[in-house]
Amino acid sequence: MLWNEFKKPKDIEKILSALTKYDKEIRIMEICGTHTVSIAKSGIKGILPKNIKLISGPGCPVCVTPTERIDDILFLSKNKDVLIATYGDMIRVTGSIDGTSLEKRKAEGFDIRVVYSPLDAVKIAQCCKDKEVVFIGIGFETTAPSTAIAIERAINEGVNNFSVFSLHKMVEPVLRKLINMNDFNIDGFLCPGNVAVIIGEEGFRFLEIEFKIPSVICGFEAGDIIYSIYRLIQMRENKDFKLENEYIRAVKQKGNEIARNIMNKYFEPCDDIWRGIGWIENSGLKLKDEYIQYDAVKKFNLDLNPYKNNDFCSCGEVIKGKIDPRECKLFSTVCTIENPKGPCMVSSEGACAAAYKYSD
Amino acid sequence: MCLAVPLKVIQINGKDAVGESLGIRRDIRIDFIKDVNLGDYVIVHAGFAIEKIEEEAALENLRLIKEVADALE
Ligand code: SF4
Ligand code: SF4
Repeated sequence: MLWNEFKKPKDIEKILSALTKYDKEIRIMEICGTHTVSIAKSGIKGILPKNIKLISGPGCPVCVTPTERIDDILFLSKNKDVLIATYGDMIRVTGSIDGTSLEKRKAEGFDIRVVYSPLDAVKIAQCCKDKEVVFIGIGFETTAPSTAIAIERAINEGVNNFSVFSLHKMVEPVLRKLINMNDFNIDGFLCPGNVAVIIGEEGFRFLEIEFKIPSVICGFEAGDIIYSIYRLIQMRENKDFKLENEYIRAVKQKGNEIARNIMNKYFEPCDDIWRGIGWIENSGLKLKDEYIQYDAVKKFNLDLNPYKNNDFCSCGEVIKGKIDPRECKLFSTVCTIENPKGPCMVSSEGACAAAYKYSD
Repeated sequence: MCLAVPLKVIQINGKDAVGESLGIRRDIRIDFIKDVNLGDYVIVHAGFAIEKIEEEAALENLRLIKEVADALE
């Protein structure tokens, strides 16, 4: 199969061997959970010399959701009229009180359902008319359009017992935030291919124009990643700082307009909080005022927790790429895949889970 | 949430479709894709196809990688 060739493209060994000869320190950040997993699984980290540092950034939507919002969801889940529908990765994330999670709530008898697509949540609402179904909308620009489709379906079919708790976020604002931090020390970005499918090459152009940081929009196979890392190094060596698109088989210059239009029809930017980072202006997506009746926060008059940032774990530092998962005191001793303490270990796309499962 | 593997579209029914990879079938939605045909390959994210990938572009993609490798000799 043609697509499989990207796992090990012809002559990739040549690029790999050039990489192993590179001896300067370079820090490359990936901003997508699937990249994190692919890098760990393929063993790329182990093959590359230690001076090529691959760092996971705020790329996993589960990880970047702060404890305060998990607490809000847990609070809502105790409402007897409410049925929470969520992607599977969310159910084991713990709130500020150790041991609380949606999984635990389910065990306590509250109605929590795992869904594979937001449309499944609408279907549940159509069957369980006596329940208020709340879909936990999580993810970057890649998943927000699907949540919008679910809202549209609910409107068209007159499903009034359906709403969305939107935790959707956007990639550009958090990248800007990271870059503007005083201790920012990343030399190049591997940009998330799936987000780029939606927002297009243009969505990442600011990295080149405003910041002159070498960046490559990258696919998810080992070959894609090795090639892209090599290009980042070349750009740096040649002082040719630009944005490139490696994932041309999927990412168009302007992205997927149909998906963006539907997202923009229902959502608008709002200030939002990120784990370990705090408030970032216009970094989240909330439902527009016209669709307020589908906004769970408004519907249930939720008094959202203010940002406290008193997490006991180091997930925030991991998300910002300031520490490696192994540098967290809890890593693999207290915090394991079997008994995760932080979201970065819970999420299958989290940096800690990847480091734990595929330890090199 | 994401599948990095492209699925082959083997059934279409309005905006609903079935995608397949290595014998595993999944119900998918094709709301975001213009003109999907049976046999097309799509990238799927949370149950939604987010883009169609075309053979020609994939070959071009491989050429891109090969070019850089070739320059290394
Ligand atoms: S949800 Fe998909 S695009 Fe977003 S971080 Fe995860 S793998 Fe990457
Ligand atoms: S090891 Fe556990 S507690 Fe530490 S940063 Fe990772 S997920 Fe958080």
